[in-house]
Amino acid sequence: MKAPRKVSLTVNGEALSGEASPRMLFADFLRDVLGKTGTHVGCEHGVCGACTVIVDDVAVRSCLMFAVQAEGADVKTVEGLADGEELHPLQKLFSEHRALQCGYCTPGMLMTAIDLVASNNALSEQDIKVGMSAALCRCTGYDGIVKAVTAYAEQVHGKPIKRESDNG
Amino acid sequence: MADTMPSYIGRSVVRREDNRLLKGAGTFVGDMKLEGMVHVAIVRSQQAHARINSVDLEAARNADGVVLALAGAELKDVLPPISGMQVAAPKGWRDGMDPHIDIPDQTLVPYDKLRYVGEPYALVVAGDRYMAEDAAELIEGDFDPLPPIASAEAALDAEALVHDHLPGNIAATLHAKKGEGEAALEAAPHRLKRRYYHHRYAAMPMECRGVVAEYDSRTDSITVWSSTQVVHWVRREVANALDMPEERVRVVAPDVGGGFGGKGHVYPEDILIAYLAKRLDRPVKWLEDRHEHLLNAAHSRDNLFDIEVGYDDDGRISVVKNYFLVDSGAYSPVGAAIAGNSIAHFMGPYDIPHYEADCKVMMTNRTPNAPYRGAGRPEVAFAMERSIDLIANELGLDPAEVRFRNMIQPEQMPYAVGLPYRDGVMIEYDSGDYPEALRKALDGIGGLDEFRSRQKAALAEGRYLGLGLGCYVEGTGIGPFEGATVKIDSSGKVMVATGACPQGQGHETAFAQVAADIWNVPIEDVVVTLADTSHVTMGYGTIASRSAVTASGAIKDSSDKVKEKVFAIAANVLEASESDLELRNGSVGVKGVPEMSMTLKEVARAALPGWIHQRPEGIEAGLEGTAYYEPPTVTWAYAANAAIVEIDAQTGVVKIENYVEVHDAGTLINPGIADGQVRGGLVQGIGGGLFEELFYDEHGQLMTGSFMDYLLPTASDIPPINVIHTETPSPRNSFGFKGLGEGGAIAPPVVIANAVCDALKSFGAELNSTPVRAEQILNIIDAGVAAAE
Repeated sequence: MKAPRKVSLTVNGEALSGEASPRMLFADFLRDVLGKTGTHVGCEHGVCGACTVIVDDVAVRSCLMFAVQAEGADVKTVEGLADGEELHPLQKLFSEHRALQCGYCTPGMLMTAIDLVASNNALSEQDIKVGMSAALCRCTGYDGIVKAVTAYAEQVHGKPIKRESDNG
Repeated sequence: MADTMPSYIGRSVVRREDNRLLKGAGTFVGDMKLEGMVHVAIVRSQQAHARINSVDLEAARNADGVVLALAGAELKDVLPPISGMQVAAPKGWRDGMDPHIDIPDQTLVPYDKLRYVGEPYALVVAGDRYMAEDAAELIEGDFDPLPPIASAEAALDAEALVHDHLPGNIAATLHAKKGEGEAALEAAPHRLKRRYYHHRYAAMPMECRGVVAEYDSRTDSITVWSSTQVVHWVRREVANALDMPEERVRVVAPDVGGGFGGKGHVYPEDILIAYLAKRLDRPVKWLEDRHEHLLNAAHSRDNLFDIEVGYDDDGRISVVKNYFLVDSGAYSPVGAAIAGNSIAHFMGPYDIPHYEADCKVMMTNRTPNAPYRGAGRPEVAFAMERSIDLIANELGLDPAEVRFRNMIQPEQMPYAVGLPYRDGVMIEYDSGDYPEALRKALDGIGGLDEFRSRQKAALAEGRYLGLGLGCYVEGTGIGPFEGATVKIDSSGKVMVATGACPQGQGHETAFAQVAADIWNVPIEDVVVTLADTSHVTMGYGTIASRSAVTASGAIKDSSDKVKEKVFAIAANVLEASESDLELRNGSVGVKGVPEMSMTLKEVARAALPGWIHQRPEGIEAGLEGTAYYEPPTVTWAYAANAAIVEIDAQTGVVKIENYVEVHDAGTLINPGIADGQVRGGLVQGIGGGLFEELFYDEHGQLMTGSFMDYLLPTASDIPPINVIHTETPSPRNSFGFKGLGEGGAIAPPVVIANAVCDALKSFGAELNSTPVRAEQILNIIDAGVAAAE
């Protein structure tokens, strides 16, 4: 084991730093060192997506990244979405469309969706389903999640997205 | 009750839970950090069956940051096992099920032998989880391998025994009979005999299990935070193991990231972590990782059925004989309860005069099997609903028609099944219209005749469309009881605490709705406390689709006690007759006289003990009541499912075009939440039907021990799902509620299997096991093509 190193980064606009041994996972660093426990850990092998955060504008699984790799990074986590008491538009849509039940996958879902919508301005509903397949939810059956993200993409890009249900 | 307030029951009120969870501000066990907290890593067996000779802890004890390292031998005389016989079997059930049950106790950390891959045999406590895992790797065990018993069928004839005192590896047998039973088969014009296998899969909540415990030496008390569905049950077992009064053990389930039954019983770690916190006098934390969860959190299903059905030329079923084996793994945390469910639910919504069931609960070297969403019902729904489709094929009838011909008609309600339920009461379906549910489901997929024409046309083009049906009934809201305490203090707020332990069901919201209606107060004035033993003396927990019925009943009964006082005190203060009073929008007032009223806050102050109280004689101080609701028996939810699939003949992939479930759970508290529950269950059922499998090899090794191998459904796997809710109130409680947490998960595996067989009927397809795999479909097509050539 090597000696801990100081990791300095920006989290939700705030300059923070903490000590991390070279092998410490970024998810553990966020949660245990910086106290940002909104980011959850569901599988620790990069499948479930619960630990998804945005690092330098890209969604990453924080369980597959070392804390030391975040040196100097600009990180966004679920704690940075709401503006005080005012929920982020996507958070509001999640509640409205019943896109959460136990709430454990929710932070990773939100960060996955924000990255998906920000990085593609011509999403179809099918693209959203495929994109959101990067994160697992065991409660909802995904219907509300897909609806919430679709509505969010419409808000962000200012144009309607064709739903499968429109066909019938 | 005056009609001054809107009713909350029946409205999709926005969930109270959402705000904190959306902000990442919930508190799950893993989020807890206490001063001086140490961390546990558990060392688990890599062998399915082995004798423990010794465990060498020396290197681990000398490793960096290690506080303690223990193996089973050190705990053997300190901590008792979890009793295998902790779920009560009432007399009526024993009378009807002829049970012979000897469920083995579960040693928390075995010292003599290991019985499944994943079973703990040592543990390390260290300054952080990284150090604990490093040290855990240094622990070496000396084991002698024993012959693994890798399946229930193998267990029957095996020489090796999972538990030395259980010959034949049988932990329980049950036998039940209705009518003439098997003897009626002789008289049946036709018989169908089949073997069905419902495979092993599991709850798989996104949050794995976890426990934090903190001991307070000043008061000799302990607090345990566990990701559990049953805080009172955990309290009982911790108190028993540590020989402490229950009053000195507080168990809290904070935010829980899904449960679905998998967190519905006491696990060794619940007790171990509490023990370690007391022994070390430091807060202790253990978090299960996903690999551990797959190996060690309870699995479910895994039943093998040999079925014989007698029926006539019209497809009317006269008798079912059901012989089945449950692969319970190495232990059976909830005893024979799942098997009892299976026996009781087999006949579903059908009017079958004769039935006989025999079951053996088998011990094997697999992970323990415990209830998971459906708990014995998906298994029998598979056997029954496949049998109906096969009978339809034999007779050249449509499977829908055979179902209609056998269904219990609405005028037969209440319908006596002739078997006891797990609560000891003879089963009587309480209400519902089963044929109507099936008609609605068929309408939901666009009509049966329309589909058959479309199917025919598609087949002519070489496309394989199939219709799968599946119907079930589900006993919900089971006892024995649930507790609730209701208080109104001088703030005037209505405070409700119940033993319910939600894991995402939105109980804080739903029970606030119930209490707001009971008290006729704005919902904002209801404060709900859940899953904390310090708030309710006795409770049962959230398993078995029970909380809507049982916790609501307890909230009502405890509220009724408090209301008596509220009315007596208000009558005294307002100088009115109690019978002239009503609850209205947070106040008690005289009917028809709006200006004569007092707020609940004023009543609460008038109820205070002391010099200036305004209680009439004989009324005790304080507005507080506790009640334990003991339901008369279960309420019967039901559903009909219909799905259309298309098979890709090149790849064997099943595409579900449309899935409809017509679901009836009586009066719905919050239709939005209810819809989410049913929908979520359906998707778990689709996962079990197509993707998820806890697959063991012949050595008892789990081959699907990660999310790379155990495949959960993702957003892109989900077909269009239409859930149609009908509401036939249950006559068994004053609200008309039935339970609905599990229902959705019951039917999809058999609906998918039926649909695939229907699509590939021209190939003589017959799928009698789950999950439905692409390679099976390709084999069916290849064999069918070869036969035709």
